[in-house]
Amino acid sequence: MKLNTRRGRYTETVFQFLCLLAIALPLVLLVLLLADVISDTHGRLTWDFLTSYPSRKAERAGILPGLVGSIYLISLTAAMALPIGIGAAVYLEEYDKRGKLAALIELNISNLAGVPSIIYGLLGLELFVRIIGLGSSLLAGACTMTLLVLPIMIMSSREALKTIPQSFREGAYALGATRWQTVRQVVLPLALPGILTGAILSISRAIGEAAPLLVVGALAYITFLPSGLDSPFTVLPIQIFNWVSRPNQSFLENAAAGIVVLMAAMLLLNSFAIILRNRLHKRRYW
Amino acid sequence: MSSNEAAKISVRNLNAWFGEKLVIRDIDIEIPEKQATAIIGPSGCGKSTFIRCCNRMHELVPGARVQGSIQLDEESIYDRSIDPVLLRRRIGMVFQKPNPFPSMSIRDNVLSGLKLTKSGRLKEADSIVENALQQAALWDEVKDRLNDPGIGLSGGQQQRLCIARALAVEPEVLLMDEPCSALDPVATARIEDLIHGLKDDYTIVIVTHNMQQAARVSDRTAFFLMGELVEYRGTKRMFTTPKDKRTEDYITGKFG
Amino acid sequence: MEKAKTPLRERIIEGGLLCCGAVSVITTAAILVILLIETAGFFKEVSLMDFFADTQWTPLFSEKHFGIWPLLSGTLLTSAIAIAVALPMGLLAAIYLSEFAAEGVRKTLKPILEVLAGVPTIVYGYFALVYVTPILQKIIPNLSGFNALSPGLIMGIMIIPMVSSLSEDALHAIPATLKEGAFALGADKLGTLFRVTIPSALSGIMASAILAASRAIGETMIVAIAAGQQPRFTFDPRVPIETMTAYIVQISLGDTPTGSIAYKTIFVVGASLFIMTFSMNILSRKLVRRYRRGGS
Repeated sequence: MKLNTRRGRYTETVFQFLCLLAIALPLVLLVLLLADVISDTHGRLTWDFLTSYPSRKAERAGILPGLVGSIYLISLTAAMALPIGIGAAVYLEEYDKRGKLAALIELNISNLAGVPSIIYGLLGLELFVRIIGLGSSLLAGACTMTLLVLPIMIMSSREALKTIPQSFREGAYALGATRWQTVRQVVLPLALPGILTGAILSISRAIGEAAPLLVVGALAYITFLPSGLDSPFTVLPIQIFNWVSRPNQSFLENAAAGIVVLMAAMLLLNSFAIILRNRLHKRRYW
Repeated sequence: MSSNEAAKISVRNLNAWFGEKLVIRDIDIEIPEKQATAIIGPSGCGKSTFIRCCNRMHELVPGARVQGSIQLDEESIYDRSIDPVLLRRRIGMVFQKPNPFPSMSIRDNVLSGLKLTKSGRLKEADSIVENALQQAALWDEVKDRLNDPGIGLSGGQQQRLCIARALAVEPEVLLMDEPCSALDPVATARIEDLIHGLKDDYTIVIVTHNMQQAARVSDRTAFFLMGELVEYRGTKRMFTTPKDKRTEDYITGKFG
Repeated sequence: MEKAKTPLRERIIEGGLLCCGAVSVITTAAILVILLIETAGFFKEVSLMDFFADTQWTPLFSEKHFGIWPLLSGTLLTSAIAIAVALPMGLLAAIYLSEFAAEGVRKTLKPILEVLAGVPTIVYGYFALVYVTPILQKIIPNLSGFNALSPGLIMGIMIIPMVSSLSEDALHAIPATLKEGAFALGADKLGTLFRVTIPSALSGIMASAILAASRAIGETMIVAIAAGQQPRFTFDPRVPIETMTAYIVQISLGDTPTGSIAYKTIFVVGASLFIMTFSMNILSRKLVRRYRRGGS
């Protein structure tokens, strides 16, 4: 028998190329599409576009209410989701590890992470808009988004807490610190950059969400800025959706410009998270 | 133990579990005040678990359980009325691997016990820092860079920093869980010297797998094997005329 | 010694943290209760028979029909197209990452691939409607401007990372000894891959496909933009249809009075959606647990 024939060598190379293609093709497609979107803006992306209100005339319409609404909504969501998410993660990682209650909470979190976002919209519509009576307001939208991002936020915060070696906790306990003193002064300061990185990534996902907010009743066409927590509002993706659904070609240019703004906002947040993560790695001592 | 030595810690029928696994069984031992007591034995014999029972750190591990009695100055530390947090301020601990808090300076590490517990003694912070570092024989090496991060020190210095940190809380007992196992011989010698000095003021319990170390630093030695206390005597007698065959086999290097 | 009084402060803090954790339990309970109550209200007015046997869905017309099949078929159709794209592509990507790529390459490619899942769905919807459909129309002449094909394909691209990352975990979990056993018998790399590695990782790969399908079923904006708003009981990918999620959006955009039958329909559709995705997620987790137990 000859040992030097490289059987199947050729097919293997072809197959490997095929595999690589499966990764490259969708990515190339995405880049092409994004490039197309940018060219589709046809110069609509001006300062005026960012600072104007929507209009029935496509060329005069701007994205200001959506942009401001998104910023308000995301800030509110972060303000609510961050403390609750960190609190829940701390409870699961630091207080009740392997407890029965913790197991129940964990089961719920992993189930909630798989619930379609539009279901959260139905929850928000019934619970916050109707029963609690917030109406289709900024606050109702933020509460809905908080519930939506919480599972991811809790999971990423737990991962960050898990990276803190047990020896630091033991060091603090051995000095006579209580559980909370240990968590508050030793564990959280060390885990915070990791927690924030995860939080920013989950929040940046929320910026792109339109479905649950549509169900909660965010308006698609709005010509004023939200004046308070109880004010009606819109967000970037809903404004884009509104323009996409119009048959008029010139509104599609607005949609393209809106998409560029949305993607830029997400890119900004994501690079912020990456910078934070890199600094964290540099500062890691263990 | 002769009658004129007061027992600082006395242990009766101590059993400890990890989940279903019994890791130490029926330990009876009296640890004398202001002496160094060494706990030796092969790895997995339960010696670390034993000292972690003494400051109630064992129960922090999920699923861990303790049964029996440990008395500190004739007060039962597993009594319902005892707060383990307050207990740990009386019984300090030094770990296998130096674990100074990475976000804190040398000075803050020494003060960390007081800061964590918001102690009123922080008013005298400067003298506490100097005192603790002096006792840990680290003062001369770090006095000019107290605000540098504690993590920047060498391994041996870090371990002495951890000892200073434990001393700053003014404990009565110092538990040391293989404090030199991550250190080089020179750093080890320094820590051993230090232990000799600390004996005058503190009751020391040191876990070690290094028999020479036990012989060098301790007054009494306890030999643990598979979760049981095999023999407990004055260190010299233990190493010259062990009573139990298993002790003899271990200290002559037949196993372990 | 000072007596124990586990300080009140510590207990309050622990209680507060527990409440944070309890939010997730309450959320689940609230979702279940709300869907259940509104669904019960719906079935007081519409019989189960009409819901499951009728093939028309016209709750907004004067002649109302409440058959779920048109929305269901629309949802299944777009999701099936998405899986037909995502499963082979994702699996090939996973094979590349776990079997061929060097560690460095793997570490760079993985996060880049994840970008596909991070693009907002509204953007994908725009792609489907504005670019993909016109291109497809050149190939398939009688393709309608709104159709199931284009959003299905785009959705498939979006869920590739989901398939690839779970499949890669599954392939990775196959013990090296198993592969070495095949190599020792003289099998080449591809033979080992197709006869040993992939069959052993099958439950993990299935889990990834099911999870991705569940994601596709729940996906909203892509289909709301590009698939149309015409509920029809068909499996023809060329014509406008309406998915369950798109229907909820359609009703939400209108002014639907609370308590009306139209209002209740979105909860019934939501409940169906919830049951489908929930059971798929559970099935997927069970499969993952099986390979974790058996594999390593």
